[in-house]
Amino acid sequence: MKMRANTAIGGLLIGVLFATAATAAFWTPFDPLKVNLRARLQPPSALYWLGTDEFGRDMLSRIMAGAATSVLVSVLTVTFAVMIGAVIGVLTGYLRGWTDRVIMAANDALLAFPGILLALAVMIVTGANKFGIVLALGIAYIPSVVRVVRGTVLSIREKEYIEASRVIGNSELYSMARHVLPNSLAPVAVLATSMFGWVLLAESALSFLGLGVPPPAPTWGNLLAASRPYMESAAWLSIAPGLCIALTLLGINLLGDSLRDRLDPRMVQG
Amino acid sequence: MTTPLLTVENLRIEAARTGEAVVDDISFDIARGEFLAIVGESGSGKTVAARTVLGLLPPGLRQSGGRIALDGEDLAKLSPRRLRALRGPVVGMVFQEPMVSLNPAISVGAQMAEGLGLHTPLPKKEIKQRCLDMLERVQIRDPARTFDAYPHEFSGGMRQRIMLASVMLLRPKLLIADEPTTALDTLTQREVLDLMVGLATDHGTSVMLITHNLGLVARYTQRAVVMQKGKVVEAGTTEQILTAPREAYTRQLIDALPRRETNMARRPTGEPLMSVRGLKVEFAGRPQFFRQRSGIRAVDGIDLDIDAGETVAVVGGSGSGKTTLGRAMLRLIPSVAGQIRFRGREVPAAADRDFRLSSQLVFQDPYSSLDPRMRVGEIVAEPLRHVADLAPRERIQRVEKMLDEVGLANFAKRWPHELSGGQRQRIAIARAIVRGPLFVVADEPVSALDMTIQAQVLKLLERLQAQYGFACLFISHDLAAVEQVADRVVVMQAGRIVEQGSRDDIFDRPQHDYTKALLAATPLVDFANPRVTHVPA
Repeated sequence: MKMRANTAIGGLLIGVLFATAATAAFWTPFDPLKVNLRARLQPPSALYWLGTDEFGRDMLSRIMAGAATSVLVSVLTVTFAVMIGAVIGVLTGYLRGWTDRVIMAANDALLAFPGILLALAVMIVTGANKFGIVLALGIAYIPSVVRVVRGTVLSIREKEYIEASRVIGNSELYSMARHVLPNSLAPVAVLATSMFGWVLLAESALSFLGLGVPPPAPTWGNLLAASRPYMESAAWLSIAPGLCIALTLLGINLLGDSLRDRLDPRMVQG
Repeated sequence: MTTPLLTVENLRIEAARTGEAVVDDISFDIARGEFLAIVGESGSGKTVAARTVLGLLPPGLRQSGGRIALDGEDLAKLSPRRLRALRGPVVGMVFQEPMVSLNPAISVGAQMAEGLGLHTPLPKKEIKQRCLDMLERVQIRDPARTFDAYPHEFSGGMRQRIMLASVMLLRPKLLIADEPTTALDTLTQREVLDLMVGLATDHGTSVMLITHNLGLVARYTQRAVVMQKGKVVEAGTTEQILTAPREAYTRQLIDALPRRETNMARRPTGEPLMSVRGLKVEFAGRPQFFRQRSGIRAVDGIDLDIDAGETVAVVGGSGSGKTTLGRAMLRLIPSVAGQIRFRGREVPAAADRDFRLSSQLVFQDPYSSLDPRMRVGEIVAEPLRHVADLAPRERIQRVEKMLDEVGLANFAKRWPHELSGGQRQRIAIARAIVRGPLFVVADEPVSALDMTIQAQVLKLLERLQAQYGFACLFISHDLAAVEQVADRVVVMQAGRIVEQGSRDDIFDRPQHDYTKALLAATPLVDFANPRVTHVPA
């Protein structure tokens, strides 16, 4: 019963998010980029539901437009990091030996950098655009995925069903793909949902440093960053995007948990 | 007549959430100095009943009726503080799993001294002296060194002795031993139990021995209580239970004991199916700063022939190298010397396709040998990937036929976690047999299963072997099972074969001392003469 409710709430939140992002592609109440200096820093009203920013742009429109960018960037980054990280993690954990040592040495070196610093370095090469961010944050988050996957693989590969697979005559590659990988994914599903949150925040940090999606295009991250000087005089500027990020994370986490349980045959009971 | 030490009356324990009875209206008692066996298979509630006596019910269970009186005191009326004071000096417990029941972060001495420090006002020096004496009593070679050592430095058998020593240090009036030797090999089991009985007799301690092994019941206890599904099926003297069981379930348990059957005389067919010469396996030593410690030779020059369709049992204590031998013969772990010939051709170090496809392995632990994310049908079908020219339809038919033969027709859509241990082992066997192998290594295939299930699985293996004609290397420390299935027996000690011969020769006329010791340690029930052999101190 409890699990059903969690799934429903998570699904609802994420559903609303995607609907918003889709709507914003062809309709927003106002033009999110239109400057209106006569309506600067207006509090929420019947006309401007979420108020206006320092240039008189409608916050609701900007949040709707930002949703698409933010969600796209986060989803792509997490997918990228998890896919590459899982492959590297399974390879290194399953093959062990020198492959493992070399890859893990490189991986630990990357882990030693603060993620945001690493992302900055990559952004300088790729330039500030959507796909630069995806690449930069993806690379920054791969090492932790590799660590988690490798740890699970190391314990899975000692299980007797892996030996059974070898006795059957299956190749190493097949055993890896058919038996090791599916059994190593549960912790990654959990990691991926929390990573989604880190990426949303990291994207806002990059925007804050001037390396995110370049203004005036809105993202939740740079909306939050831009609201900082007005935190005391115009709180709605930070509350609205902050709430959006929080609710999205909640939705993703709820949905991620139920997804993990659903994927595990041992958890699906009658 | 004196009152019994422990009286359990109409005890009922149920799951707190569903109200389902786990232990249903059981009554028994233990007199002072008496050895009582509680016999039952997994799920019979025997462990739960024992834990209630200690007031240590697992979460989610609650006692909903009945009375437990220990040494004249009603447990239900005791304060938690008084109950704690009882645990240790009055009731001690030895657990099943010696590898996890000692705290790895605390030295052996500190763990032993803990109980004495808590329950007695003795000075530290006296406590230490008592610990050392007790360690000596349980025949630990160097008590002083052991006192300062940590649990990981000891084998399972040694740990169980340490456990026993620390429990008996408090001279409890009742010792609860929950499958204390199930995780140990035959020789160690004998040593530990003899020590336990000796110590208990010394101190006049009553013992509640929880076990599924009727051989142990016969050897060590005076009375027995048989439990099934939370209920007491039958209670009486050990002799009466074993020789004249009144209830069908008890009879079923006794019938499940492995028995020797005359096996078909097999004629040597000229060249053996498999022939091993001078096989050696080494495990690399632990690397130290500048050099590597010399390795351990787990298998040390084994010569062995196996004929087609024959069952050769490999027996020996833990650490004798029997499991390693099985893996090495399948070329799953590298050998440092020796050769293996299979059907007249040499098997290279990296097993060739032909050998891989005609040899198979059945594992000990049915809980980790099946991929939890595959359905039973997929698991059994997997070996057929490597059978050329098999139409999908034929494949499904073969899987269905195989499942039917192991008695699990219509299980193809189930997940492994939905099956019991015995059912899982049947699936593992089906997976091994489905491709029609010529050679199967069965590594302790029944030692993780309950008695009645063991008997069924052994029968199944025998039937399939008669039907498909594969040769089997049956690795086991359980001589009772070996006696039932083997044609020939090979006895291993420290990586070498010390004796081999036909089953009847080994069991009736053992030559080597190690073989004799193994046989003597095996708790077999002698039905002609089932007197309790209760070892005196």
